[in-house]
Amino acid sequence: MTRISAFFTGWVLTLVSASSAWAQEMPTPSFPVPWQLNLQTPASPVAERLVEFHNFLLVICTVISVIVLALLIWCAIRYNAKANPVPSKNTHNTLLEIVWTAIPVIVLVIIAVPSYRLLYYMDRVEDPGLTIKVIGNQWYWTYEFPDDDISFDSLPLPDDEIDIAAGQHRLLEVDTPLILPTDTDIRILFTATDVLHAWTIPAFGVKLDNVPGRTNETWTRITIPGKYYGQCSELCGIDHSYMPIVVHAVSPEEFEAWRADQLAANDNTPDDANRLAALIQE
Amino acid sequence: MSTTATHAHDDDHNHAPKGISRWLNSTNHKDIGTMYLVFSVVAALVGGGLSLLIRIELGEPGIQVFDVIGEMMGSEAKQFYNVTVTAHALLMVFFVVMPALIGGFGNWFVPMMIGAPDMAFPRMNNISFWLMPPALILLILSGVMGQGAGTGWTLYPPLSGLAGQPDMSVDFAILSLHLAGASSILGATNFITTILNMRAPGMTMHKAPLFVWATLITAVLLLLAMPVLAGALTMLLTDRNFGTAFFDPRGGGDPLLWQHLFWFFGHPEVYIMILPAFGIVSHIVSTFSRKPVFGYLGMAYAMASIGIVGFVVWAHHMYTVGMGVNYRAYFVAVTMAIAVPTGIKIFSWIATMWGGSISFKTPMMWAIGFIFLFTVGGVTGVVLANAGMDIAMHDTYYVVAHFHYVLSLGAIFAIFAGFYYWFDKMTGKVYPEWAGQLHFWTTFIGVNVLFFPQHFLGLAGMPRRYIDYPDIFAEWNMVSTWGAYLTMTSTVFFLIVTLIVMIAGRKSVANPWGDGATTLEWTVASPAPFHTFEDTPDFTGGNPAAHPAE
Repeated sequence: MTRISAFFTGWVLTLVSASSAWAQEMPTPSFPVPWQLNLQTPASPVAERLVEFHNFLLVICTVISVIVLALLIWCAIRYNAKANPVPSKNTHNTLLEIVWTAIPVIVLVIIAVPSYRLLYYMDRVEDPGLTIKVIGNQWYWTYEFPDDDISFDSLPLPDDEIDIAAGQHRLLEVDTPLILPTDTDIRILFTATDVLHAWTIPAFGVKLDNVPGRTNETWTRITIPGKYYGQCSELCGIDHSYMPIVVHAVSPEEFEAWRADQLAANDNTPDDANRLAALIQE
Repeated sequence: MSTTATHAHDDDHNHAPKGISRWLNSTNHKDIGTMYLVFSVVAALVGGGLSLLIRIELGEPGIQVFDVIGEMMGSEAKQFYNVTVTAHALLMVFFVVMPALIGGFGNWFVPMMIGAPDMAFPRMNNISFWLMPPALILLILSGVMGQGAGTGWTLYPPLSGLAGQPDMSVDFAILSLHLAGASSILGATNFITTILNMRAPGMTMHKAPLFVWATLITAVLLLLAMPVLAGALTMLLTDRNFGTAFFDPRGGGDPLLWQHLFWFFGHPEVYIMILPAFGIVSHIVSTFSRKPVFGYLGMAYAMASIGIVGFVVWAHHMYTVGMGVNYRAYFVAVTMAIAVPTGIKIFSWIATMWGGSISFKTPMMWAIGFIFLFTVGGVTGVVLANAGMDIAMHDTYYVVAHFHYVLSLGAIFAIFAGFYYWFDKMTGKVYPEWAGQLHFWTTFIGVNVLFFPQHFLGLAGMPRRYIDYPDIFAEWNMVSTWGAYLTMTSTVFFLIVTLIVMIAGRKSVANPWGDGATTLEWTVASPAPFHTFEDTPDFTGGNPAAHPAE
């Protein structure tokens, strides 16, 4: 009996030490600020391009809205019943109609060029340095490193376990974050076990649905080390608001160290399992 | 019994049935239109009340309202929040906007504008309306039976399947939409037949008022889109109750099949809600500018092309489901293309005002508000059309802000515009101008304070359909909720004033808007008589409703 409990304690201790090593305070480079107006600080090449493209679109949107508003205000000033008591009967102007058809087409083409470049760039990566698999469950995430046979669940921390003084955030913390290396092309696979979920890290410009029965794929390359947050982004039932995503981005060296730890723990597991089976037979 | 009624009707053509049979057995397009409008107001009170609950809940972080309500409803707070979000959307789409614009204004004014005595199939018109109250009851049951349908209005399986919602609540929602869909299909058939066959002599399609065009295109969209929803709903129903697996991967099905079917209906549905609004705004801008609509044919065919292209853009709602990149590229192109006819409409409205002699009466204020706010919602739509950019916004409050700008500040603004424009014609009373202006300005400020900050929340990363959010998003949520309070106050004011005016308002005249109003409804008394026209209007010698040039 003691040997069994010793086995379990050891196993749990290994897990705890593995996670606590990474639970130390990390910078949060992309966390929103109060009254934030725009996208989060980008931490991947895709997110950088998204921010750039959005700022470009924002200019076009603002210009169009301001032009329409200005025309309406001008009509109100110049053509109100007092200023212009006799209305014109003008209802056609072929040139004008051609112009206001052609100019939007040109504007859309100007938008489409960078849009398509971005779309194809962010789709997938040719030769990834690491593959991870994200599995959505009601209501937590499971992460797998398929090439290494590493797999663990990432469960949300309830409000009463959040230490705000230590920089933790309500609704955003998990017990075991996903550890990822910076400066590495990471292929991300998505699936789910029950209903639809969507895994996202806004700072990476990654968001894709986890669909049961399907495997989706995209990629990222994290440029800044730190702690990143996301939240499930497809309605998945009662606790949809309560399945946060946390990624710790560390240097490739630190990541290798973490991976080695995990592999060592893995290597022990089969032996432990055999020993457990033997003990039970005894 | 029915023979007596028929005889009475035959004997006296001006006899209007009285009491309950006037409404229950109504075959009169104006009475049915009135019932649709009243129905829509009732549904709007429920749907708007639910949205207010959502905003109060989100006014500050934590759960403060739904724990109490959930306890009262015998449901879990978080589940009841999802139920509220679902019911709010379904109510607003199927039971507020569609009945008001199509069933209400469509029934009232399409026959009048084309000089027809009534709709082509008056009894079918009756059943179209009377399918709606049972549909509404079923929808309310879907919210209170069992744990309540908390699937979102999109009803995505597997959450809407047995795996996600095993009790009967979702079945009630399915049956509700089946009934509402049947009502829409019947109504659409009626409108198409009426508009194609019953126009006054000499009124070719190219002389038909734009609201008639808008309703015709809307009806065609309904007729083509609704059966697809009905098919998908039936598949979901059999998945839930009879062991099929259309949407269940464990049986060889695919959850994405539902999404394709749903949005093949759902995107045309978006235009079903906005095309009648386009029609109403065209009439109002023309009337109060005292000018004919600029580029009439361009306006009509812009609506037709929006309707056609609206059928091939559905998967832009699905950029994150894992579709191949080339499919997404296609949907980007066609989606952005819709901006062109929409732009034509915006610029044509402005050109109608240009050179006009504009009086800024209440309906015109709502119409101008519509033009500007729909433009804002339109440009964020162009942002979202980019499949790459959408990755950052999908399922965030940015999308919520976008579709409330085009629907809440678009379609609802047009409903108010139409309400004030036709109030005299429908009730025979004059709406006090100061009350209309006050209602407009408070609503205009309220909804912008309510929805504009949601763009910021979405960009910062706040996901939608969340009962609670990280504290960092508290500030803009608080502002948004202030906007909701202002909008609610404004709406209560509107309801009270409307009730008073309907009871004790001054009597109006046949045409309160002057020589800018050139459609047939302004040639008959206010309120419009039970039988609209004494003689069939004749367009062969020109528009009989047009006023001689000064």
